Amino acid sequence: MVQKLDTLVETASQTAGPYVHIGCMPTYAGIGGIYETEIGESPISDGAKGEIIEITGEVIDGTGWALRDAMLESWQPDAAGIFPGAEGADPAVNGFCRFAADFESGKFTLRTVKPGTYKGRGGVVQAPHISLWVVSRGINTGLQTRIYFEDEDNSNDPLLNRIEQRPRADTLIAKKTAEGKYTFNVVLQGDKETVFLDL
Amino acid sequence: MKDLGPLIPRNRDAHPPAYTPDYKTSVTRSPKWTLLSMESTPSEETGPRFGHSILGEWDNNMIMNFTKGKAPAVGERILVHGRVLDENNRPVPHTLIEAWQANAGGRYRHKKDTYFAPLDPNFGGCGRTITDENGYYEFLTIRPGAYPWPNRANDWRPMHIHFSIFGTGFGQRLITQMYFEGDPLINLCPIVKTVQSRGQIEGLVAPLDMSKARGMDFLAYKFDIVLRGRRQTMFENKLEGM
Repeated sequence: MVQKLDTLVETASQTAGPYVHIGCMPTYAGIGGIYETEIGESPISDGAKGEIIEITGEVIDGTGWALRDAMLESWQPDAAGIFPGAEGADPAVNGFCRFAADFESGKFTLRTVKPGTYKGRGGVVQAPHISLWVVSRGINTGLQTRIYFEDEDNSNDPLLNRIEQRPRADTLIAKKTAEGKYTFNVVLQGDKETVFLDL
Repeated sequence: MKDLGPLIPRNRDAHPPAYTPDYKTSVTRSPKWTLLSMESTPSEETGPRFGHSILGEWDNNMIMNFTKGKAPAVGERILVHGRVLDENNRPVPHTLIEAWQANAGGRYRHKKDTYFAPLDPNFGGCGRTITDENGYYEFLTIRPGAYPWPNRANDWRPMHIHFSIFGTGFGQRLITQMYFEGDPLINLCPIVKTVQSRGQIEGLVAPLDMSKARGMDFLAYKFDIVLRGRRQTMFENKLEGM
């Protein structure tokens, strides 16, 4: 026998299921008005400093089909790389957004401000990115990933540089389609499978 | 912002694997390649915070919130209460908990639910609350019904309530489900059984708690939730280069 640890084990994840919108996006589920204020409706408010961008995409399964029931959440710092709540952060950036794959088309849209770089622990600079969390029916534990941008300098990003198979890093980089417009697909399975994270 | 320290790496054995073929939908939605593991960064260590100002009068009462107090939902009245802790056994105060569930007949108020159990005109199916300074929370609801679902030809979901919890960092984000003590469908459910460890499954089953039940009003069930913790040693948060 040995001494007992004082630590606990994290509660097991269970799928968000097909009706996640009821609990997290009631208006989207068709029961708007149940809450006066819904969270995650937009990561920015009027007057947010920086470039306003729109990222569109799909969450694609192993057969190439776009999920119609996925919910996504994003979290990011402001244009100066400061996280909401920290000193000097842009008060018009709350940094958090919830958005869903469209019930008909499977397309999602995130409208936000382009995040800035920041220094992580040890002073390592992280290229601009938005953290993404994907849940749905059939996903047992929420999937973490990141959206980087093809028109930023990603060459020294510590996370992208940890990806051994370099072409796979492209799965984390949003493609620019027009000024302020990007596309980013989350591929759950297959040759183009997105790099999912364990951070 | 104060550096709260890196998150303890997720113990993946505590969670279901991605590919669980008895839960058929997971087959085409499960990543096949390995996750990229690294120490957490500010993107995971910080996260959205929500204050009591977002909460409305009825948010923590699914019996009454759909009608804003005008008429109660049908079903067995229950109080669900518990505590949010982290892996270091410390309470997680002031964190948002969202819950959603089927009505007493096992039907969700959602455009995609076509089960023929009727909707309850007085039941919406979502509620939310924020933990107090010691991590405790509670809400009122009705016991959700079990229901059949399209998986294998005769699969039924045990009675359950979905939970979404935030914590203090985006990397702590967790969605799970609470089951009810004594429900024989728990052991038949392929979604429950995506969790490989018996102990971890037991951690999802809320016991009846008569100490919180109120006579002639409601029964009570206790559901504690554990989120990822943060590594805190005297070697953390040192100046650069030390």
